[in-house]
Amino acid sequence: MTAAGRADAAAVPAAKVMIRDLHYFYGPKQALDGISMDFAERQVTAIIGPSGCGKSTLIKAVNRIGEVVSEVSVRGTVRIGDLSVYGPDVDLVDLRRRVGMVFQKPNPFPKSIFDNAAFGPRLHGITDRDELSAIVERSLRQAALWEEVRDRLGASALELSGGQQQRLCIARALAVEPEVLLMDEPCSALDPIATAKIEELIHELKADYTIAIVTHNMQQAARVSDLTAFMYLGRLVEFDRTETIFTTPAQQQTEDYITGRFG
Amino acid sequence: MSARAAGRRSVATSRRTRIVGAFFEQLCRLLTVLTCTALIAVLAVIIVKGIGVIDLEFLTGAPTEGMTAGGIFPAIFGTICITLLMILMALPLGVAAAIYLVEYAGKGLAPRIIRAAVNNLAGVPSIVFGLFGVGFFILFVGRNLDRVLQTGLLFGQPAMLWAAATLAILVLPVVIVSTEEALRAVPASHREAAFALGATPWQVVQQTVLPQAYPGILTGAILSVSRGAGETAPILFTGCAYFLPRLPVSEFFGIPMINPLDQFMELSYHIFIMVTQSTDAAATRPIQYGTTLVLVALTFLLNMAAILTRNRFRRRAEALL
Amino acid sequence: MTLATPFKVHRQAGGGAPPDAPEWQRVEPSGQRGPRRSAAEPPLAHGRAGFRGARRAYRRSRGEAVIETALRLNGYAAVILIALIFLFLFKEGLQALFKIPLGEFIGTTVTDYRGYPKTVRLWQPVGGDPKYSLLPLFCGSFLVALPATLIAGVLGVACGIYLAELAAARTREVVKPFIELLAGIPTVVIGFLCLATLGTAMQNLLGTTFRLNAFLGAIGVALVIVPVIASLTEDALRAVPNELRVASYGLGSTRWQTIARVTVPAAVSGISAALILGMGRALGETMIVLMATGNAALITLDVFSSVRTMTATIAAELGAVAQGGAQYQALFLVGAILFTITFALNVVAELVIARMRRRLVL
Repeated sequence: MTAAGRADAAAVPAAKVMIRDLHYFYGPKQALDGISMDFAERQVTAIIGPSGCGKSTLIKAVNRIGEVVSEVSVRGTVRIGDLSVYGPDVDLVDLRRRVGMVFQKPNPFPKSIFDNAAFGPRLHGITDRDELSAIVERSLRQAALWEEVRDRLGASALELSGGQQQRLCIARALAVEPEVLLMDEPCSALDPIATAKIEELIHELKADYTIAIVTHNMQQAARVSDLTAFMYLGRLVEFDRTETIFTTPAQQQTEDYITGRFG
Repeated sequence: MSARAAGRRSVATSRRTRIVGAFFEQLCRLLTVLTCTALIAVLAVIIVKGIGVIDLEFLTGAPTEGMTAGGIFPAIFGTICITLLMILMALPLGVAAAIYLVEYAGKGLAPRIIRAAVNNLAGVPSIVFGLFGVGFFILFVGRNLDRVLQTGLLFGQPAMLWAAATLAILVLPVVIVSTEEALRAVPASHREAAFALGATPWQVVQQTVLPQAYPGILTGAILSVSRGAGETAPILFTGCAYFLPRLPVSEFFGIPMINPLDQFMELSYHIFIMVTQSTDAAATRPIQYGTTLVLVALTFLLNMAAILTRNRFRRRAEALL
Repeated sequence: MTLATPFKVHRQAGGGAPPDAPEWQRVEPSGQRGPRRSAAEPPLAHGRAGFRGARRAYRRSRGEAVIETALRLNGYAAVILIALIFLFLFKEGLQALFKIPLGEFIGTTVTDYRGYPKTVRLWQPVGGDPKYSLLPLFCGSFLVALPATLIAGVLGVACGIYLAELAAARTREVVKPFIELLAGIPTVVIGFLCLATLGTAMQNLLGTTFRLNAFLGAIGVALVIVPVIASLTEDALRAVPNELRVASYGLGSTRWQTIARVTVPAAVSGISAALILGMGRALGETMIVLMATGNAALITLDVFSSVRTMTATIAAELGAVAQGGAQYQALFLVGAILFTITFALNVVAELVIARMRRRLVL
């Protein structure tokens, strides 16, 4: 059994996403090897590790978005609440609505700001203009972008700066009211100021969403998260409260990575 | 920001959305099937109605009895001649142009103009090429050549030479684009390595790039031959004839060679005239189908050869990447 | 065969079989797979300046200079040829404007048998009273090209969507060359089949007055331009970055919703360019219309009547004209106009494609 958290059970809140013994293959190549961990409700869980350790694959396994790009094979379970993600008859469309994702490189659609934010609700059948406007405003406020774009919702999303585009992508994800928010290195393509804004945003969103963030920036993980998981070569090496991981890690490998001895 | 209050409405994707989506996907599939069926129908009709006429005599004999009997060998021969002449003109010109564009030209205004010209050349209607062939090659170049060389009316009339030149211009964009694609598929690192060893630009092209790119260039050549064999409009007035008593071969210094100043028979032209201007269309109908089958088989084989060459080439190129 | 496609997309080798232990739950591709990621730009994109600098050092060699000049001349050949075509067409065509009054290209005023003046719009260049109205020819060309582009557009875009978004890789490898084979059939063959079989079948089915009419020609032309439109549409769809599709799926969309709301709108410039180029091709088609449209030079909007297109006019009459005569030059004028129209359509298509590149690369 891989390393479990040493934290006091009472202090760790209820788990929203439960991953048990997950093995994940891209074709013949194994990407995840027996991962077991939880994303706690209304907490930020950071996943760190060197390149190729499988952190992006892990969160892509939660909303099953990895399957869009190539063939995968899976063993183990992933549960969100009471829904088994890889169970039979799982509605992928509904699953992906319940789990929001923000990608490494901001990828707004080449449409207007309004249409980007309204895209998700429109997909699911909301056509009333007023309702959509309310949803768009709410999402943009949640993403701390409203004040900057309220006067130009019709402008093309591609005219925004990188940081603004990423916040728009966050708003777009929030507009469908997911339960879980997965973020795959959301700041790696952004400058420090934009990064700081997004980290602040994550802190605010924590109150309402379960957030998992993959990052290669350890300092970011330390700043932003409550729980941290360290992965290496597809395995979960250590998973604990952030302060513990960064001050007194249990595994030697974790300490080596954090002190920069490799990776 | 308590947006996540308990009243989160159910926004699941409705059945209707899924049904509509499935309908449109099936529609796309259906229309694709329809297109493929049209092709199959075309080929089926040609094969069924034409196969009865094909035999050795048809392929090797000359037409007799006013085209209602006999063979189409002169047309086959003429088609081979004209496409050979065409590719001899177009290939060096097109490959050289493509080499210039890829290896020498860089990103200035000149290559952009050249590429724009190639694109526009590709879009010119085939009959306009025919007009150009008549107006420029026969009446301008040909007649002036006659005037200068005092050869009477030798060059200034329809001939294989001018028809081939017209076709060569028509297929030039095919050659240039295929060659460009083939040259670009050669990785930059190979060129860099060659330069680093002190090769001159031409040496890089000749010894590194071209040997790797030649399958792609070959593909382009085959495609243009296929295209040239199938085009009728450019050769309508530039050198093709319906019935000629002999093949366009003459003796030059005792050796029988193709005479580019002769007129020639050609498969697609033959079909066209037979269909539209036969004195007895019903009687020649079987031969029309037979000739059509030969022409389609020819272009089909050429296209298949080109596709096979291109696939082999792409697999080799992908192995390099 | 994709002529002058602006998008170069390479497929990467993908997929493989999982280890075959029985407890493995093989996740079936949910069918929501997007195409593989596009590869990078042409390999020489970055090295230009460096190569150029290296090249200048070699120019000392006279052999190299000669070779480069020879290649450059060949490069300009395409430009020279287009210019020559333009020149000769207009040189002869414009002379027609000197021989024939401009108004006659619209219509001629004749006196009918009762002695009243009447404007006729006919193209009848042969005979005692030649008429040179271009209107019937324009009418014929568009009466064939528009329905053809419509039919081929629907079929071609559907094929493009199928090939780019719906088909499995192996199916695509079979279907795509199949459709491109359609482009390889000589147009004279299509025209022949329209004349010999389809015309009669259509007349029996639809009860048209004329066996050879514009609609028959339109079907034949559509058959030839479907591969062009399908191929360009597919390229346009594959050029849409995969990240957009993944983002759409991540928000919980079905496959068709992604295609209809994200992929196709992102590719709309490329698809428009495909349609414009298809229309240009339809206008320039000669043999099919020559054989299948009936060759009656009349102005009509009835798609089931016999018409004569610009291309068919040139093809039908060029063989029998006297060089230098009014009809000869009028034919060149028709050719010049045709050339201008297709040239303009090409330019528009290229502008549309350039706009698309700019939007997506942003």
